Amino acid sequence: MKILILGAGQVGGTLAENLAKEAFDVTLVDNDANRLQELSARLDIQTINGWASHPEVLRRAGADDADMLVAVTSSDEVNMVACQVCYSLFRTPTKIARVRSTSYLTREGFFSKEHMPIDVLINPEQVVTNHIHELLKHPGALQVLDFAEGRVQLVAMRAYYGGPLVGQELRLLREHMPKADTRVAAIFRRGQAIIPQGDTVIEVDDEVFFIAAQEHIDAVMSELRRVERPFKRVMIAGGGNVGAKLASAVENNYNVKLLEYSIPRAKFLADQLLKTVVLQGDATDRELLLEENIEQCDAFCAVTNDDEVNIMSSLMAKRLGVRQVITLISKPAYVDLVQGDIDIVVSPQQATTSSLLSHVRRADVARAHSLRRGAAEAIEAIAHGDRKSSKVVGRRINEINLPSGANIGAIVRNNEVLIAHDDVVVESDDHVILFLVEKSQMRDVERLFQVGLAFF
Amino acid sequence: MHLAVIFRVTGTLLTFFSFTFLIPVLIALIYDEQTISTFIMAFAITLASGLLMWLPLRGNRELRGGDGFLITALFYIGLGMFGAMPLYFASATDMSFTDAAFESMSGLTTTGATVITGLDELPKSLLFYRQLLQWFGGMGIIVLAVAIFPMLGIGGMQLYRTESPGPAKDNKLTPRITETAKALWYIYLTLTVVCAGAYWLAGMDLFDAISHSFATVAIGGFSTHDASIGFFNSTAIETVAIVFMILSGVNFGLHFLVWRRRNPLLYFQDVELRTYLLVLIGLSAIICSLLYNHPDSNIENPVRDGIFQTISVATTTGFTTQNFSAWPSVAPVLLLFAAFAGGCAGSTAGGIKIIRVLMIYLQGMREVKRLIHPNGVFPIKLGSVPVADRLVEAVWSFFSVYVFVFMLMTTFVMLAGDLDFTTAFSAVGACLNNLGPGLGEVALNYASLPASVKWMLMFTMMLGRLEIFTLLVLLTPAYWRR
Repeated sequence: MKILILGAGQVGGTLAENLAKEAFDVTLVDNDANRLQELSARLDIQTINGWASHPEVLRRAGADDADMLVAVTSSDEVNMVACQVCYSLFRTPTKIARVRSTSYLTREGFFSKEHMPIDVLINPEQVVTNHIHELLKHPGALQVLDFAEGRVQLVAMRAYYGGPLVGQELRLLREHMPKADTRVAAIFRRGQAIIPQGDTVIEVDDEVFFIAAQEHIDAVMSELRRVERPFKRVMIAGGGNVGAKLASAVENNYNVKLLEYSIPRAKFLADQLLKTVVLQGDATDRELLLEENIEQCDAFCAVTNDDEVNIMSSLMAKRLGVRQVITLISKPAYVDLVQGDIDIVVSPQQATTSSLLSHVRRADVARAHSLRRGAAEAIEAIAHGDRKSSKVVGRRINEINLPSGANIGAIVRNNEVLIAHDDVVVESDDHVILFLVEKSQMRDVERLFQVGLAFF
Repeated sequence: MHLAVIFRVTGTLLTFFSFTFLIPVLIALIYDEQTISTFIMAFAITLASGLLMWLPLRGNRELRGGDGFLITALFYIGLGMFGAMPLYFASATDMSFTDAAFESMSGLTTTGATVITGLDELPKSLLFYRQLLQWFGGMGIIVLAVAIFPMLGIGGMQLYRTESPGPAKDNKLTPRITETAKALWYIYLTLTVVCAGAYWLAGMDLFDAISHSFATVAIGGFSTHDASIGFFNSTAIETVAIVFMILSGVNFGLHFLVWRRRNPLLYFQDVELRTYLLVLIGLSAIICSLLYNHPDSNIENPVRDGIFQTISVATTTGFTTQNFSAWPSVAPVLLLFAAFAGGCAGSTAGGIKIIRVLMIYLQGMREVKRLIHPNGVFPIKLGSVPVADRLVEAVWSFFSVYVFVFMLMTTFVMLAGDLDFTTAFSAVGACLNNLGPGLGEVALNYASLPASVKWMLMFTMMLGRLEIFTLLVLLTPAYWRR
């Protein structure tokens, strides 16, 4: 599959890296020759230096026979024009573009073939914002991922001493909660994946991934740790795109304070936001944090564009008594350094990669989430065909020949959530939610969900 | 300074407005009254003076930045004085020039304070003339001039700004100022016609209906009867008056927007309007309960009179059904205070304007928030729209000057007329807010005041109508040295 990426910024660069590792043919276009050189030295990709929306540049980059265009330059307009050019001149089949400004999203049907031919819009900041918003809704969760429009969620959390199920076998889960149906998809113990069986015992400090219908999430979480009271006061450090979006998304449900260093930007934010208290100052200023009663805060979200500031302010906030810190860290190398000190690390690249993954998969994948820094993956695949043409349809779950390390967590059939117990039979058009402990098993899973020739 | 140009424009305006003296002549003809010669004489003198200022001083320089202030001030003074002539000349009224000028200025600034008693016996043409003065003053004679004289061209904006009420003086509804002025007058005219029709249906005769519609929509308060609206003693008429006083106290720009987009919901999205209605409703409730519960109150219909009088005073109209100055307890003073807030910006109402009061309140709250969060950034917002700091500053200076002028004029009036505090305080308050009726000696009319006080009050009315700064700037040496 040939993929053309426009823009070699953080998103473009990481995407190229991820895709190149999965053996896609990646061509990266940017007008910064130095940045391209740096990436091409490290990655097995082709690079083209030039203005990303110019037809001539796109032609050189091989837009004629590219299967997919991903336009992630810093300018919405360049991204949109590039998609138009590829549609009109090169007939590129799939066009994905980053459009940040919500102004463009006001009218339904604007992004269609007749007007602005973009097939998929991605907005990494929005993805990160949603991610953090979900974390705020579920105190104690490390990750909350949506499937089937949020009807099913995959939650990662750490088991703590005091949770009723900790130290018990998994099979007891059903007895503990007769009403809330759930399935534990994976357990990571000291970085090692354990495939959960009925007799697996959950230990303190295990990272547990479980799948449940949205309304049961909190009940399940309470089994694995003491019940956390909901968050009320939230402090956000950094008023960039993520900080601003996050503040406006949560300001009606929480007491929100937003820290921004730049004076004009702080003024701008104060104009835009309705209830948030915008504070001008340095996120690492201890006096300022104390003055704003940091110890009363339930959650501290460090989302500036500077990893070091995020880490230092988070550490300080944690030390000063915040219940939970959520920290945005772009550099993968830093993530390991702060494990243990910071409660939750959110990686913007992972979020973006996730939102693109479903489009590069060969099977019909509605949603894909990259987990554990790209090592694991959870996907929502749609089963097609019948018992003859498909390897999954018409079979019970324990009959499906899954690669080891992959398991089915839940099935969504016509808006109804079925937790995947062994006797559930997969039907055509079911959304099957799978968890893959190792990404290398993706090929097998893709093959499993591809419809055989008999279907045609 | 090019006084020649300024005088020429003022002369042009005066020439034009001299023709408005001919409208009452029509009324005099209809009712066969002896006032025709009075109006013709006033017309001739004004026309001649206007032409005298206009014709000799030909020159084609355009108006510049600050010229508008002087023109507007000169024009208001000029029209106030020339406008006094029909009342001065008329044989039916035996008025001194001071009284005539007071009446004329009170009309033009839509104050509605009167020195005449025995209105019911006056010729209809004279009564109509008084109402007409208010009607012209309501939306503004300068705005009307800008609408009709495209020749004012670029200077139109300079002039328009000097007369338009409210903190955002540069608000245009349309790209061209002439069109804006026209739109405002169309709305004004429509409201007047509908109001007259409603009065007529509610039981007034045609003459009273038209006359009162002028004073209602202009938020003036002149009536053709000594007993004002109380003369009719009709709930229907009072209801019509209440509705149109409230409507006229709304920003005409908002009326324009609603009309242009055909969406009445826009009214309720406007923060100023919501506050305005809230103030009116809250105040009516307080006044009604005061009248209802107070042992000294002997009012037959506390609710009906309470609501009418509250709306009339709070919008700065000044119609009366009752002598509210005799009301018990805090009611009269509370009403007078409400008139300080007045109506919305860009309406025909007087006072400080709701939006300014709102912004001052918001700024007060901001100081509180700043004390709690010393590093916080708190913009002033009306609804979700942030307000520029420059505007907030202007509102504060307006407010402080308003209060200062009020104190200064009260002092002068007390000194010059040897008046008691209540009379002086309420007379200056009623004139500065373009309200009309006051308390104490000026509860019913201003006839008993000495001439010097009347001239001071005339100046106060102009200060109120032109929102102080237009006149204040003329009193600074810097303006004349520029």
